[in-house]
Amino acid sequence: MIQPRIRILAAALAGLALLTGCSKSGNGPAAAADTIKIGEFASLTGKEAAFGQSSHKGTELAIEQLNAAGGLLGKKIEFVYEDNRSTPGESATIAKKLITRDKIVALLGEVASGRSLEAAPIAQASQIPMISPSSTNPKVTETGDYIFRVCFIDPFQGKLLAQFAKKTLKAGKVAVFSDVSAPYSVGLAQFFRESFLADGGQIVSEQKYTGGDKDFKAQLTAIKGTKPDAIIVPGYYTDVGLIVAQARQLGITVPLFGGDGWEAPELLQIAGAEALEGTYYSTHFSPESTEPLAQKFVAAFKAKYSGETPDAMAALGYDSVMVLADAIKRAGSTDGPKVRDALASTRDFPGATGATTLDAKRDATKPAVIITVKDGKFQYVETIAP
Amino acid sequence: MTELLQQLINGLALGAIYALIALGYTMVYGVLRFINFAHSDIFMVGAFSGYYLARAVPQASVMAGVFVLLGSMAICALLGVIIEKLAYRPLRGRSTLTALITAIGVSLLLQNLGQRIFGANPKSFPTLFPQHYFQFDSGLVIASNQILVFVVTLVLLFALRHIVLNTRIGTAMRALSFNPTAASLVGVNNDRVISFTFALGSALAAAGGILYASNYPSIDPLMGTLPGLKAFVAAVLGGIGNIAGAAVGGLVLGLVETTVVALGGSTYRDAVAFAVLILILLLRPNGLLGKRQAEKV
Amino acid sequence: MLPRSQLALLGALAGIALVSFFSGSYDPYFLDVAVSCGINITLAVSLNLINGYTGQFSLGHAGFMGVGAYVAAMLTTAASATLLPLLGGQQWLLFAVALLAGGLGAALAGFIVGVPSLRLKGDYLAIVTLGFGEIIRVVLQNIDAVGGPRGLIGIPAYANLLWAFGLAAIAVYVVWTMVNSTYGRGFIAVADDEIAAEAMGINTTRYKITAFLVGAFFAGLAGGVYAHFKQYIAPQGFGFDRSIEIVVMVILGGMGNTTGVIAAAILLTVLGEWLRQFGDFRMILYSLLIIVLMILRPQGLFTWSLPRRKAS
Repeated sequence: MIQPRIRILAAALAGLALLTGCSKSGNGPAAAADTIKIGEFASLTGKEAAFGQSSHKGTELAIEQLNAAGGLLGKKIEFVYEDNRSTPGESATIAKKLITRDKIVALLGEVASGRSLEAAPIAQASQIPMISPSSTNPKVTETGDYIFRVCFIDPFQGKLLAQFAKKTLKAGKVAVFSDVSAPYSVGLAQFFRESFLADGGQIVSEQKYTGGDKDFKAQLTAIKGTKPDAIIVPGYYTDVGLIVAQARQLGITVPLFGGDGWEAPELLQIAGAEALEGTYYSTHFSPESTEPLAQKFVAAFKAKYSGETPDAMAALGYDSVMVLADAIKRAGSTDGPKVRDALASTRDFPGATGATTLDAKRDATKPAVIITVKDGKFQYVETIAP
Repeated sequence: MTELLQQLINGLALGAIYALIALGYTMVYGVLRFINFAHSDIFMVGAFSGYYLARAVPQASVMAGVFVLLGSMAICALLGVIIEKLAYRPLRGRSTLTALITAIGVSLLLQNLGQRIFGANPKSFPTLFPQHYFQFDSGLVIASNQILVFVVTLVLLFALRHIVLNTRIGTAMRALSFNPTAASLVGVNNDRVISFTFALGSALAAAGGILYASNYPSIDPLMGTLPGLKAFVAAVLGGIGNIAGAAVGGLVLGLVETTVVALGGSTYRDAVAFAVLILILLLRPNGLLGKRQAEKV
Repeated sequence: MLPRSQLALLGALAGIALVSFFSGSYDPYFLDVAVSCGINITLAVSLNLINGYTGQFSLGHAGFMGVGAYVAAMLTTAASATLLPLLGGQQWLLFAVALLAGGLGAALAGFIVGVPSLRLKGDYLAIVTLGFGEIIRVVLQNIDAVGGPRGLIGIPAYANLLWAFGLAAIAVYVVWTMVNSTYGRGFIAVADDEIAAEAMGINTTRYKITAFLVGAFFAGLAGGVYAHFKQYIAPQGFGFDRSIEIVVMVILGGMGNTTGVIAAAILLTVLGEWLRQFGDFRMILYSLLIIVLMILRPQGLFTWSLPRRKAS
């Protein structure tokens, strides 16, 4: 009975070799270079699909617009994207595939710092520039000089929120309620804490939740007992909506505030306008922004995606493409090192999320805006320059 | 003291939702000895049905609420019957593990179809029933939605009990749970009874979905996994196959979970349910209200 | 003259060493998929021992993989400064030690999972093992020292084709010889009818625990190799979804059919890559595959007889 089994095994191994190995020989120079291939890896399914899909839509819109205007360097852009299912391990494989098989000239991604960190070393080693739309962990760009991001990083946002709490909200005692499953939230909470304590503030309570939880009453009740002047919730809108609503239900009347993770039109619906009165958040971008570029982006997004309002992830996804396109144009080529240098010298690039400058550490320095909710609508409060 | 009371209310309300979902699990398991893994995703479909149905009715009225509740229960009952017919019936008589894997497959399918069709972004669930917050001087707050969960769970609990104990089809279900072969020999139409069982279980899941979404108005295609698993634990805790057990199990689990969170262990809250499951299976495998059953060889 | 199975093992190892010698010239994507195949073979074969041969339905295998991955990664990152000099600065030795430690840690977890599960059968066992798998994931997520939910980055790239397939070959050898020995018949007896086996004097407890221990050990080794290949691990990667992936490999290959399981592991790894072209539909197709497979061919693609029905 050994024979049939060995045959099956041999067939399986042969199949493996054929399917993935056969293109080995087809590795010539970027085949018939009449298109420019740009790659993206995103979480289009799985637990963080909401953010991946959003970012992807922004990216897709940008590429469509560029192609409609004639493409880049006279060639059409071919958009190659893959889904990493919000699962660790996939992004590395995808990065390898996109770089070695699809021959992309640049890599876009990812929303989550963890998955960005997974692919970054591969892009760095292959000298392919990588731009993350919204990973905020400092370590991402520290991977190497080919890794960039178009969003501001946690230390900046944490500091500005600390200042905002102290000066504008006049809060001496703050409670911190962070998402323990999201590096973004943990990082932002940490930098806020450092800044706030250094400024003389007091943290009266530190509670945690796991992203995806629906019931926060237990923790909020505990926070309520410590009587804070304000509560910072440095998490994602998917949870913040419920948190704010439940806080109000429990009779918590002090202001709640947070970072750009709050930015999404759904926030208003999930929490309800009433609950959101007197809450604040910092962000790169707001659909209510009167900046002409932001307005244009919102209109184009709504037109392409059946009236859907874009959130911050979508806007950043859009900007990651536009910044890349600008760099390619300035470099005059798609050669990795040249594009990298062009990216590194990006100054005040007009993006949908504001004037973007990529600093020496390849992070974006851009102003942040503070938004609040008044009379059932998002309202701009102030801009904080870096 | 107020804080303790508040946590108690929170725990009971959460537990009542688990109880509602657990009713469906326990019933299907009781009759068919089958863990319907896809139950948690039917729960999700129920919530989404409610979301779309709510567009046809004015918000925040009792009529609207009842209409949407019954409507999504009907939709999910149908869905349950279809799933049973297509995916589970061909496996009748095969090992339970085959059926379990198929159920997992159906669950994954529903989740991924949901992400594709509904989109992965969380949607805000509309206000179905009029919302009131009863605020007491001590600072205690009870939401009308929380009371609603208790009421609906109780009503459905008694309705289910009535069906199982006092109707013909209920008797047929019980016969099936004892011995399917014997049941068919005495004239029970197994296929029909099983379809009915699934329909009923799915309707209960839908009710759970609507009430869950009313209390936590953010729905997304993956919302069912954890509540579903925890409800299963609740069913086992109370004694699987035992209707009152599902209610007791749900309440106990809700209280335990809230206690753990209140004590600062919120990041372990999901693990709590599993720890409870393991404990109960080790110490009292038949559940709190179950009876000892000797295994015949 | 060595017995046939040992000759086969040595031959396989030699062949693998030869192939991996040239791995510098293979393209990285192919290498990635190939290494993943090797890791999945080890995972599937080790689970097959628990699920297939011993009939203990375990849905938490990825948890053991995770324990192995984290233990090994911690040794090669945080503890490397102290350990490396002790081992004469040899990196491959450090890796081997780390892997073993990971395997042992996973085996310990396997023991902790196996003991309470002794009294459980079928569905309950499945859910409890699922629960344990999730508990492991939640615990890992809460340990800040290993990065918690942010995961662990910067793991050195010690793993390669040789390690991945070498481990797979050893795992196959161990499981195969275990089960095909006189002692090994005990596993199958437990799967067939536990009560009858007990009545025949077989210590079912010992067999079940052994199955969990050995299965978990190899899963832990596979996890260590995985960690040092991807260079980044996070608790979310060792949860229920991963466990199901491995279970499907075992089912597809035929429970208790080692060659079938190996073929299924390779097939599913490659299929996963092939399905990428369908973008969003990939997971939908995958779940449909599971359902269709169970309805049409529950004995797996590579088994020629129907699955054993329970005696009652």
